[in-house]
Amino acid sequence: MNLMQKVEQAQIRDDLPEMHPGDNVKVHVQVIEGNRTRTQVFQGIIIAMRGDGVRASFKVRKLSFGVGVERTFPMHSPIIEKVEIVARGDVRRAKLYYLRDRIGKAAKVKEKRFN
Amino acid sequence: MTVKAIVGRKAGMTQVWSEDNHLLPVTVIEVQPVRIVRVKTVEKDGYNALQVTFGAARRKINKPEQGHFDAAGVEAGRELLELRMDDVSGFEVGQEIPLDTFEPGDMVDVSGISKGKGFAGVMKRHNFAGQRATHGAHLVHRMPGSIGQCATPARVFKGKKMAGHMGNQKVTQQNLVVVKVDTELGALMVKGAVPGAKNGLVTVKNAVKKKVQA
Repeated sequence: MNLMQKVEQAQIRDDLPEMHPGDNVKVHVQVIEGNRTRTQVFQGIIIAMRGDGVRASFKVRKLSFGVGVERTFPMHSPIIEKVEIVARGDVRRAKLYYLRDRIGKAAKVKEKRFN
Repeated sequence: MTVKAIVGRKAGMTQVWSEDNHLLPVTVIEVQPVRIVRVKTVEKDGYNALQVTFGAARRKINKPEQGHFDAAGVEAGRELLELRMDDVSGFEVGQEIPLDTFEPGDMVDVSGISKGKGFAGVMKRHNFAGQRATHGAHLVHRMPGSIGQCATPARVFKGKKMAGHMGNQKVTQQNLVVVKVDTELGALMVKGAVPGAKNGLVTVKNAVKKKVQA
């Protein structure tokens, strides 16, 4: 391993579950308010994942009061406390940007069945 | 006011998280302890400097060179170069300058040899605006335009910005913040970009425009 890989390896966290586009996830994020921190949960569907190594990130989309909200998380960010997988999605592409144009039932992702 | 100086190799750029969880772009500089081969002083040499080397020799060291290292009692290293200092009284031949001369939060100036761009036109080299893309412009799109007046002065002034060789020269980036010093890996991380290509030799000095905390 060269120096760059060592420097990057030191920052990679391995405590996150395996995630895929289409998965419904709960991301527990640390929020700093003044001088105290609390945890906020951002639940939604992973619509994109990009990059690898320390630069990897994933994009989560949810509906908040009828408005679509998307948030990009750096995968190895220390502000992520944990990621819970609520449901695995059955999708056929890597980027689910088509969900942005859909409303209501059409914006749902099929759940993956294992059998 | 050069008080601290060290030599390293630009390993590349990446990103690290700061203590308040912000992403910082950093350049990783691989630093090995620097060995002092000779101390130059004003009285003897006319200026203060440290002649240093580092790492292991990568080529055959010829006899005169070997003799120079032997006289200092220092193992021959990869390069032999000088670091100009304000005061060399605290340094001795054979002494090593470790990486942790610098601490996170220090401001530094980093010098390196910039990437060579070859013969570059005036738009790339001096940020000229060029000329029109349309409205009758013919073969002049990236030309400099006028380079002077007429019968007076009847010549082009010296120093006129023109096309020519660009890059492959010493460039110093001032006031970069040291983000992290990892003595175990031998890595110095500096916020932002540093001149030169990967694997290029860079010298890191304390920032001339900042006061050094004792």
